[in-house]
Parts: sequence; C-alpha cells; structure tokens
Amino acid sequence: MTPRFARPIVFALALVPFLWLLIRAYTGRLSVNPIEDITLTTGIWTLRFLVVTLAITPVRRITGWNRLIQYRRMLGLFAFFYAVLHVSTYVILDLFFAWDLILKDIVKRPFITAGMVAFVSMIPLAVTSTKGWIRRLGRRWQVLHRLVYVSGIAAAIHYLWKVKVPIGSPVYYAAVVAILLLFRVGWMLHTRRRRTAMPAAS
Amino acid sequence: MLIRTNAVIPTSEITDEKQYVRRREFIRLIGSAAVVAGSVPLLQACSGENVSADFAGTDGPPVPAGQTPLMNVKPKVVTIDEPLNKFEEITGYNNFYEFGTGKSDPQRNAGRLTTSPWKVKIDGLCNKPADYQLEDLIRPHQLEERVYRMRCVEAWSMVIPWVGIPLAEILKRAEPTSKATFVAFTTLLRPGEMFGQNDGVLDWPYVEGLRMDEAMQPLTILAVGLYGKTLMNQNGAPLRLVVPWKYGFKGIKSIVRIQFVDRMPPTSWNRSNPGEYGFYSNVNPEVDHPRWSQATERRIGEFRRRPTLMFNGYGDQVASMYAGMDLRKNY
Repeated sequence: MTPRFARPIVFALALVPFLWLLIRAYTGRLSVNPIEDITLTTGIWTLRFLVVTLAITPVRRITGWNRLIQYRRMLGLFAFFYAVLHVSTYVILDLFFAWDLILKDIVKRPFITAGMVAFVSMIPLAVTSTKGWIRRLGRRWQVLHRLVYVSGIAAAIHYLWKVKVPIGSPVYYAAVVAILLLFRVGWMLHTRRRRTAMPAAS
Repeated sequence: MLIRTNAVIPTSEITDEKQYVRRREFIRLIGSAAVVAGSVPLLQACSGENVSADFAGTDGPPVPAGQTPLMNVKPKVVTIDEPLNKFEEITGYNNFYEFGTGKSDPQRNAGRLTTSPWKVKIDGLCNKPADYQLEDLIRPHQLEERVYRMRCVEAWSMVIPWVGIPLAEILKRAEPTSKATFVAFTTLLRPGEMFGQNDGVLDWPYVEGLRMDEAMQPLTILAVGLYGKTLMNQNGAPLRLVVPWKYGFKGIKSIVRIQFVDRMPPTSWNRSNPGEYGFYSNVNPEVDHPRWSQATERRIGEFRRRPTLMFNGYGDQVASMYAGMDLRKNY
C-alpha cells in the first residue's frame, strides 16, 4: 500500500471510535447513564492514541520501519481530539459549567488533577504541531514535545486512580506506558555509552 | 417522605411496571431473561399461586421469565414523591462484582446463578439459630412495598420500588441475646456460577454488617422483589439487604448467612480500601469520597446533577442514631 492511500485510511480509522459513539448516542444504544458512557469512551481512546503515538519511536527503532514517523503527528493530534471531547464531556455534560465544582475537583482530587495535567500538557503540543512552529522552534521543538511523556504518565495515573480496584485494564495501560518510556531510557543509556565508548576506541 | 401505617390503599394499587415499561421493550427483556427460568419456583410458596413465567414469545402477561409476581404485598408502606426509575434502568445498570465489574455485566452474566432452592443460615449470638429454606424465612411475614432512593457511592442514584420485609422482624424471630451488638451478612460463594469470584477484585465472599440499632431501624429491609415481582439475579436475588440512608454497596446481595456478633464485623469494601470506604458509609454530601465529591449525584435518567441529601433524605428517621458521632471519622 502506498503512503498516499495509507494516510487517509489511518485518518478515517482514527475517526471510527468517534463516529461509533455518535451512532450509539443517536440510536439509543448507550447505557442508562449515557454521560458516563461518553466520558469513558472518549477517555479510553485518548489513552489509546497516546499509547500508539508513544509506540511509534520504539517500533521504528526496533523494526527500522521509518515511514511510521509520518503518522506520529496525526495520531498525537487524534489523542488531543479525544482528550478535548473527554474534557468537554466532563465540563459541559457532567458538571454543566459549574466552574466552582470543577476547580475544586481539579485541586482536591488527585485523580482529576492527574487528568488535567495530562490534558494541559497536550495543549502546547497540539498548538506547535504545524510546520511553521516546527521550523520556528528548531531544536527546542524536540525538547518541548517531550511533554508527551508527562501526558502519557499522567493519563495512565488518571485511569489507575479512577477505578475502585486497580486491576485489569488500567494496570495493563500503565504497564504499556511504562514499557514505552523505559525503552527510551534504555535507548538513551545505550547511545550515550556508545558515544562515550567511541573516543576510547579511536 | 411519607410513612403510612394503615393499609388504606387497596392491593390493586401496587406499583405496576406496566405503567413504566413499554410492552415492546419488555418483550425484548424477556428474551434475555429466559435463561434464568430455572429460578422460577422461588417464592411461589408465599405468592399463593402458581404462575408460569414462561411467556417468552407468546402473548401472555409481560412477566419476564425468572420473575414471579409477589402476592399480598402491602403497597407503598414507605414512599417518596419522586418518579420511579424504569425497570430496565434498575435491572440493566448494576454493581455486582460477582458477575463482572462493568455496569451491564451483571445483567449479562447473572442469569446462570441458581437461586432455588436457597438456604439462609441465621446464627451467632441468638437463642434460636436456624437454617431456613428461603420460603420458610419469608412466609410468616407481610411483604411490603418500599419506594426508596438508592444512592451509589459512585455519585449516581435511582428510585426503586422494592418489595421486602423489615429486617427487624426476621432478626427478632431469632431472639438475639444482649451480647449481640452487630449483625454480619454474607453473600453466596459459588465461583462456578459467580465467575467474578474467580478474580481477586475483592476477598470473596462479599460480607457486610450493620450495628444492631441500624439493623433494627424500621427502614432497613430484606428485599425479595421489586416492581411487584421477585428480584432478578443482577439485583441480588433471591434475598438482599436495603438500607436506604447508606451507600448502595451496604446493600449486600444474594444473602446466605445472617450472624449476630459482638464486635464490628469486617465489610468487603472497607477491607479492600479502608481509606475510602468505612463501616458506616452513610450518605453524606459533606464528606467527600477521597477521589470525588459526594455533594451532588446524577439520578439515572436525568441530565443535570441534583444535590445529594444528608442521609439520602432519611435524616428524620435515622440521624439520631449517629448523634454525637464525628461523621467525618466514621465515614
């Protein structure tokens, strides 16, 4: 498959969870607590897209399939798209702009604080995802976009703290995020050792 | 809230879900409930009439298989002036971790539980401990309809027309001794039919407890039905506790043992996470769950949140039991 067709296909696939949610809502297939359904669905897809985005680099390094990099920005922006839906559901549908309650939640509830950290750290990444910003920021763009690690960690913690009993899916997601980040630490140590080892060899 | 002491309302006025559930939706429910047909004979002994529940696909009355109409129920002994939640809301959105942790899991998975025959052991510090067949336990008592708010600790709520008997009546029959200060309850342990019990979500079996005065409080009931029929398995068939001023998880389901004890018994959620779930677990809008506010709740079926009431609106009857207690410490 040529990349020319692949990009629209990935884009369309990434929209499927959103469209499916719309269909469920429209045809009355949500549960009797629809706001909870929408919150959970948009939340889990945010985390899934974050995980996929974070997986691009390790998979490239391991498989050498470098073309994957073309999809990283789109997948990251889809994570942000679902995060915006998730936060809007909470602010609009769940609490209906009760800002006092929302602020209290963010300050008092570690689980919501973690979610907000995950969301807020995605905002500058989404804003600076354009070609213009990439050019303007140069090397600093790379540094800034390491914020996605904060977002990934905070999102995994948000999910872990949300459930009554931390078993099953939240634990698996946290483990996957941890593995993806540890891969980077391992890679960094590995390349640094190579770099320091090189002068001695010459 | 209204407490009627005289049965001035004819039995025919008992809340009928026909008013609330459209027939077509009901027929759809029958299909999914057909699997629980095995538990039909449950309360026929006290219903005084044999009712075939096998109406799936026929033009018979809209009784889902597995649910027997309960006869001679004293209507609206306690009720509130708030609309009832629909039958499919009450039976399709449940926390019953023995059948999975998702809200729709119990409806899907509870059908395989056999609830007939059903034995309940009543023992501990009492003069008349006994093993009862469920029918023998219930038959001597007047069934009552109790329309209660149900507030889940997760900040959602429903209004449910339970059918049951005051727990106090059952407890008195066992003649607790003066040493009995608490009552402990145990759910059935049967991992073959309750597959959630194979996972370590909680220590199984589920256990709960009440202080003696809470157990004797007239609002506390053992429910055997809702909407005039026997309980569906996902709601805790065949016998469950309902304590309307406490968070829903205190209402232990599918009870097999009631024991009089002289110290505060362990409770499942407290054992699992003592920082978040206490023994008392009274509904209290001022004492937040560590992870979310308890000030408001979403009534299932409503869009906007509504304020949560102290003791779930039952303060007039129950607040005095906690006079002088620090409810922040005794959450």
